[in-house]
Amino acid sequence: MEHETTVWFAKSFGLFYLIAMSIGVVVYAYWPKNKTSFDSAAQSILDPSVEDKPYEAKRWQ
Amino acid sequence: MIAQLTKSERQLALIILLALTICGLAMAIAGRQDPLGVHGAIVMLAGIAGIFGVIYVYYEPEPDEARLALYYDDPTKVAIILAMIWAVLGMFIGDWVAWQLVFPNLTFDASWSSFGRIRPAHTSAVIFGFGGNALIGTSLYVLQRTSRARLPDQISPWFVLLGYNLFCVLAATGYLMGVTQSKEYAEPEWYADLLLVIVWVVYFIIYLRTLARRKEPHIYVANWYYMAFILVVAILHTVNNLAMPVSFGHAKSYSAFSGVQDAMTQWWYGHNAVAFFLTAGFLGMMYYYLPVRAGRPIYSYRMSIISFWGITFMYMWAGSHHLHYTALPQWVQTLGMTFSVMLLVPSWASAGNALLTLNGAWYKVRDDATLRFMMVAAVFYGLTTFEGSFMAIRSVNSLSHYTDWTVGHVHAGALGWVAMITFGSIYASVPWLWKRERMYSPALVEWHFWLAVAGLFTYVFAMWNSGIIQGLMWRTYNDSGTLSYSFIETVVAMKPYYVARAIGGLLFLAGAVVGSYNIWMTIRTAGQPVDARAADLPVTQPAGVPALQPGE
Repeated sequence: MEHETTVWFAKSFGLFYLIAMSIGVVVYAYWPKNKTSFDSAAQSILDPSVEDKPYEAKRWQ
Repeated sequence: MIAQLTKSERQLALIILLALTICGLAMAIAGRQDPLGVHGAIVMLAGIAGIFGVIYVYYEPEPDEARLALYYDDPTKVAIILAMIWAVLGMFIGDWVAWQLVFPNLTFDASWSSFGRIRPAHTSAVIFGFGGNALIGTSLYVLQRTSRARLPDQISPWFVLLGYNLFCVLAATGYLMGVTQSKEYAEPEWYADLLLVIVWVVYFIIYLRTLARRKEPHIYVANWYYMAFILVVAILHTVNNLAMPVSFGHAKSYSAFSGVQDAMTQWWYGHNAVAFFLTAGFLGMMYYYLPVRAGRPIYSYRMSIISFWGITFMYMWAGSHHLHYTALPQWVQTLGMTFSVMLLVPSWASAGNALLTLNGAWYKVRDDATLRFMMVAAVFYGLTTFEGSFMAIRSVNSLSHYTDWTVGHVHAGALGWVAMITFGSIYASVPWLWKRERMYSPALVEWHFWLAVAGLFTYVFAMWNSGIIQGLMWRTYNDSGTLSYSFIETVVAMKPYYVARAIGGLLFLAGAVVGSYNIWMTIRTAGQPVDARAADLPVTQPAGVPALQPGE
């Protein structure tokens, strides 16, 4: 692969996939339906009713 | 602790340790004319010591099934103790290096203690020894709590933790013998690199196996950061260390890359080591310990996701800002510079998210030194990422590069962000892990905090001043168009700042020693009077304040 070709590819494809990815991430983060699971995730580490023990139903080994 | 292993796990441990001993023996024989032989002996001794440790408890009764209903925290406990040992050792060497710059005779005329050898010993001991052990320990803790699942088995976490520490020992002892492949932050030679690859793959597998059994469908964001840390470090480490050893009997190897490709690969590695080891991993720590200690959910969970993807995708391209004004093509330099400036957005989103989480709970920050460690960490994370983006701009870099400003920047990040968030997280988790009500002495936590803050500010202000003066002296011309200052004149001008820096480092080291003592005493003493230590509990919500929701 020529240096010029690499540069062309990096400058064109690189630009568009990064923009597409940024849009994708913002859409995912602000998708209204996801808000409930995000909020419960943020609360999950603070829940005082949760014992400091693994989840029983899926005991390992 | 070893008695917690089941019979079959003890057998597996013996097999692994026997294999390690044989590897060490082979290295010692093949490399008997070379520093490799010494490392072979170290590996062999580590294997034999492990075998004795397992045999000692081999016929003890097996642990009962009840253990499976609890989290497996033994590796985390050992990792925290090891992290504190490496912290004191690494900071001691660092301060010694700092004093060597003031008094060059402090090498005591030995080759092993020369600046070029103990400086990488300092960086590896603090970054990999202290930071790495803290990351391994806390990640296993956070992984289990957020997944609500126990670690999948009891052997692989030990393999990761002890294998990783063996790597750190090989690294540090190698430097003192002059073994290095001369790549900054990737100095260890090929055999140590191979060990780390195996360890790291097992680490990632532990993560996947535990997550596969999680209760919550959504993976808490701290785990995303920890996983990015593990996965990307594996990629970086493998590619940057591609090399051909001179022979199986020699420590020396030659890199697969040469010239500017070598430089670019190295700084792609080097800057992403900053990004994924020193940033993503510790952000994982922050996104768990800060909300839990403050008793408040993260301000914006959405923002944490956006900054996660911003950090993972943009950092990858920033490494070339280490190579401004070199043989690297101009457009690649510009690319690195542009991505570094853009990185300010996700970086400040994370720092802002942390501070906004604390907003409305400043009374907790005032009263709780542990939370204050985390607050200072978030502030310095914001400061350092701003400074980093700024220094990556080519024209700023022409002043800052090769000067002490870089050293100041790195320490603003390493002391102000990495060490502060780590100490905060360790102080939060030690009482939880050892089932104590609180730390042995809240007064000593305060002492540690203020020693660390004083040391941090002394250090970074000394280096900022020194670096800018140095950079300006290097570019000052006289009327006839030649340089105004000889190099040695700039060195003389640095001396007062080097003294200040060494004192700052000493304060920071003193804080770490105080912290280690406090942690040790917390582990040693059970059942202390409640009131004496009450101040170290997380501050509770005053009555009448409604429960908090995320900030959106």
